[in-house]
Amino acid sequence: MREITTEPAKITDDVVVIQPVRGLVALNLKEVWRYRELIYFFTWRDLKVRYKQSVLGVLWAILQPLMSMVVFTIFFGGLAKVPSDGVPYPIFSYAALVPWTFFAAALDKSARSMLTSGNMISKIYFPRIIVPLSSVLANLVDFFIAFSILIVMMFMYHIVPTFNLLWLPLFLLLSIITALGVGLWLSALLVMYRDFGYLLGYIATFWQYVSPVIYSSSLVPQKWLLLFSLNPMTGIIEGFRWALLGTARVVTPIMFVISASISIVLFITGLYYFRRMERIFADMI
Amino acid sequence: MNKDTVVSVNNIGKQYNIFTEVNRYMTLRDKIVDTIKTPIRTLMHPTGSQSFWALRNISFDVERGNVLGIIGKNGAGKSTLLKILSRVVEPTEGRAEIRGRVGTLLEVGTGFHPELTGRENIYLNGAILGMKRVDIERKFDEIVAFSEIEQFLDTPVKRYSSGMYMRLAFSVSAHLEPEILIVDEVLAVGDAEFQRKCLGKMSDVAGSGRTVLFVSHNMSAVLRLTHECIILEHGKMVKRAPSQEAVDYYLSKDYEQGGERRWKAEEIPAGAGPFRPIAVRLRNAQNVVTDSLRSVDPITVEFEYELDSTIPGLRTGIYLATTRGDFVFTSFDTDELSRFDSYTERKSGHYISRCTIPGNMLNDGRYVLGVNASVFKMKSYFTDQNAVIMDVNISGAPGMQWGESRQGVVRPALEWEIIRK
Repeated sequence: MREITTEPAKITDDVVVIQPVRGLVALNLKEVWRYRELIYFFTWRDLKVRYKQSVLGVLWAILQPLMSMVVFTIFFGGLAKVPSDGVPYPIFSYAALVPWTFFAAALDKSARSMLTSGNMISKIYFPRIIVPLSSVLANLVDFFIAFSILIVMMFMYHIVPTFNLLWLPLFLLLSIITALGVGLWLSALLVMYRDFGYLLGYIATFWQYVSPVIYSSSLVPQKWLLLFSLNPMTGIIEGFRWALLGTARVVTPIMFVISASISIVLFITGLYYFRRMERIFADMI
Repeated sequence: MNKDTVVSVNNIGKQYNIFTEVNRYMTLRDKIVDTIKTPIRTLMHPTGSQSFWALRNISFDVERGNVLGIIGKNGAGKSTLLKILSRVVEPTEGRAEIRGRVGTLLEVGTGFHPELTGRENIYLNGAILGMKRVDIERKFDEIVAFSEIEQFLDTPVKRYSSGMYMRLAFSVSAHLEPEILIVDEVLAVGDAEFQRKCLGKMSDVAGSGRTVLFVSHNMSAVLRLTHECIILEHGKMVKRAPSQEAVDYYLSKDYEQGGERRWKAEEIPAGAGPFRPIAVRLRNAQNVVTDSLRSVDPITVEFEYELDSTIPGLRTGIYLATTRGDFVFTSFDTDELSRFDSYTERKSGHYISRCTIPGNMLNDGRYVLGVNASVFKMKSYFTDQNAVIMDVNISGAPGMQWGESRQGVVRPALEWEIIRK
């Protein structure tokens, strides 16, 4: 048996002040940056565990949106004859399902993440935001897997992307921000009120109905469009279709700005609410 | 803050609401009902007895390189204090300043994932404990060697024995080298060998100029490792003194009098689960409960407890130690083979485990009796190493005609023969 060698203590001069905080709390992003490696490790752990536990692994990331696409294509594209802005219905719905599936899964995982990490949270300090943040990031991998199928489908349907494609990273960024913002709100609420967990499924289902996943925003009457664009996912989903499939711009720039602003507002308020609540998480878990 | 002061605590207090203690969390439904009810309740009970102070008016400074022990009974606020200083919970009032990187050992193996391999968990756990990736890589071989799990490095830890698991977990924690180390009861788990390793590591850390805050029920460990101690009682700091003085004070003051110790609900840790300790009692030869006992008479020890559900393989037992923390013996109620075979499980119900320490066994002085309820290698349900104190009086013991004090912990009446050849 080898003994441990203990190195002499290094001396630093960072002073940590511990005291009760009231009112609006500073976000302290510097602290999060200091713990950036933990973000990586949590994300890596989530991926490792997910792909280790299910044999389907990677396949699962593809199957979920693909199965939805098949069902939607049969019932909405085929039977109900929902118009699809001039592109074949399967790729019309799949282009929306890729960001939507990412959003819904990231939302669910990050909302529940604080509770599943309860043991750690009550024992060790680290910026709590890392927990929901890495849940969202881990889902990003599923997003890219599903996205690769979308590229294959674009070849099959001979869809040549236009320069609109350059906007895609912006829409992806917005969907990450929205998922994280809402995830932060919900994860904090879930710690406070456990019965909120039952609502999560309904929230996701309801949200999907008010988002242009199955149908196009062009079906929404003109007078409701402004209201419709209050949903941040409207801008993101239509943005994906526009950037990838070159569909006509159904969302006007003003509507897009509204959608994006709501995303940003959700994100920033989520950050502050979470930060405000994080100091009592360990007491509640 | 003085340059050599690395931890400075000023009037720290922590208040808990009763509901957070009992239920921990509310439901949204409760919240709605509560919001309607609260004004009425506030009117009816203006004093508001809904919260209690787990910790109040705690102030102390620790200089660089000092090893400070924190002692007190279960529920005295020790763990709350450590959680505040390690920033897991926020204080309700007061202020503390800490200079330097803090490492916390509140429980080894926190954040281990059963599905991941030993190798993967070393990285994950190291990162959770605040180690940089390069540090983990640098120390990786050392961690593996110390934990003695080389050949299982790529096996998921869910297949590990509990011993392997603990060794790996401790090994990662032991290589965390912060300037200030906060340690809570890690010595209470694992076998004797493991505890020896932990203690060795702790004195290593203490000797390398690091500042250590150390909570333990093990007075021997406290005396060996710490220079100074603070004593907490019902959330208040009652004393700060050099360790020997503090331990003496704690042992003489902090016990229930009269040879009986009853545990209050708040003194029983949440993890005790279906096991509920009630009391431990000392009886003299006349069957009277007392803490003043004669060495020549047998001493009866009763451990009373309740089981809310059946526990397979449960054993309850006692430790006897001197006030210096040296163990005299350990004994369990199913040590005897026939009883071991007939008590493979213990059903729910109200129990007393009783044993007798024979007469003419102990030397005079003060002893500390501890209790333990556990399942071997699986789980320790409840431990109170300092449950009750007893004074052993040697009047009438063999050899008393000389009126000298005799060396040793035991004072047996041996059969002598004098043979003249």
